Amino acid sequence: MKGTQKHVIIAGGGVAGMEAAGALAEMGYRVTLVEKGQDPGGHLLQWHALFPDSRPAEEVKSYLRKRIGNHNITVITGTAVEKIKHHPGGTVTVNLSGSKEEKADAVIVATGFDLFDARRKEEYGYGIYDNVITAPELETMFNGGRVTKADGSVPSRIGMIHCVGSRDEKVNNNHCSKVCCVTAVKQAIELRKMMPACEVFCFYMDMRMYGPYYEELYRESQEVHNVNFIRGKVSEASVNINNRLVIKVEDTLAGRPLKMELDIMVLMVGMEMAEAGTKLAVASGFRLGINRFLEAGDHHYGNNLSGVSGVFYAGTCTAPMNITDTISHARAAVAETVRYLDGR
Amino acid sequence: MNVKQANKFGFSINRSRLIDYDTSDRKVREYVTLREPSFKLCFACGGCTATCTAGQHTSFNLRRLNTYIRRGEIEPLREEVTRCMLCGKCLLVCPRGVNTRNVVAMAAEAIRKLERNEL
Repeated sequence: MKGTQKHVIIAGGGVAGMEAAGALAEMGYRVTLVEKGQDPGGHLLQWHALFPDSRPAEEVKSYLRKRIGNHNITVITGTAVEKIKHHPGGTVTVNLSGSKEEKADAVIVATGFDLFDARRKEEYGYGIYDNVITAPELETMFNGGRVTKADGSVPSRIGMIHCVGSRDEKVNNNHCSKVCCVTAVKQAIELRKMMPACEVFCFYMDMRMYGPYYEELYRESQEVHNVNFIRGKVSEASVNINNRLVIKVEDTLAGRPLKMELDIMVLMVGMEMAEAGTKLAVASGFRLGINRFLEAGDHHYGNNLSGVSGVFYAGTCTAPMNITDTISHARAAVAETVRYLDGR
Repeated sequence: MNVKQANKFGFSINRSRLIDYDTSDRKVREYVTLREPSFKLCFACGGCTATCTAGQHTSFNLRRLNTYIRRGEIEPLREEVTRCMLCGKCLLVCPRGVNTRNVVAMAAEAIRKLERNEL
């Protein structure tokens, strides 16, 4: 009998939490999946299509919904995990918001990430100028099937601004969020397909096409879709007399400053450690790394270990990652959890 | 045939465009790095140049200046360091937290010392 009665609580009902819940339930464990939002699904919920193959996000959402449909899983929404404590004897107690306490045999932390608040890069004018939007807001427009300026008119030039809130000491984020480069390329292609008359420019510092088929997508964006790439970090945006955005950047490959008018500026906001996850970590005594994400026990072969017995990490609470890696990381967390529970 | 004759012949001898890293002068780089270690952090994004007032009207380019220092390209540096007005806007932009203004100040100081054979 494989631990039929053992109970695992999962903090966070995003991609990692849902996958981990499904994998554990499949093996006969009793799982409580705790999600602070109204629905499980995490950031994926607002996504329209996924890189690198433009697959409809709905397919992955529906896979995950099925994954947590198992009768061994109880889903609690609108509830946050506030503290986790391991007790001698092996019980782990979990404090849920609303002062409930739950007991478990193990806990998986999958509290995920927060998107960078673009208002913190004030020089880009998010929240000040109408047509400065974030990458997830563009996805929302894709979901609605129409991309327009705030006044409803059709844009003729769009700029994708990479590294907003990533690789930037000024906002205390020195880390790279990894997925924004390829997201920009994906969205640029979608914009070009949707509006062939609209020019699209990506402003990048380095193109980090680290995953399988990412580089190919980058190539396709140039070869097939005529997406333009300018190497330089945008220093500031303003609005001119025609109410058009004007950005300043150095075209570092030409070695000269460049200005450009844009109809829409899309900020590729990066990932930060979730605020709820940080509170949980502080209350529970989990270590945070220099990037402020949870620091795993060992970066090479203990990437799911928390350092606290019976507590494991899954997904982007440990570092920025894409969906594929998040799902793999969640499965690895399940393997570690099962090994721990079987060994007790 | 000497160089003068070659020129008359219709050919000219151009200086090599090569960055000769083996014979380049590292003294300015060492001088700047020692006094302003944040200099090492530049990843050439060009944010400084984008925001630079001097760079809108002259060929001044702080990102390139950093590279000249790193590569030991002293000749173009001499002109370049005189163009900065030390206003410090670049400081506000730099995502790597480089003390850009002090980099220019230290580079200018190094050049002055170099010219007086004090470096």
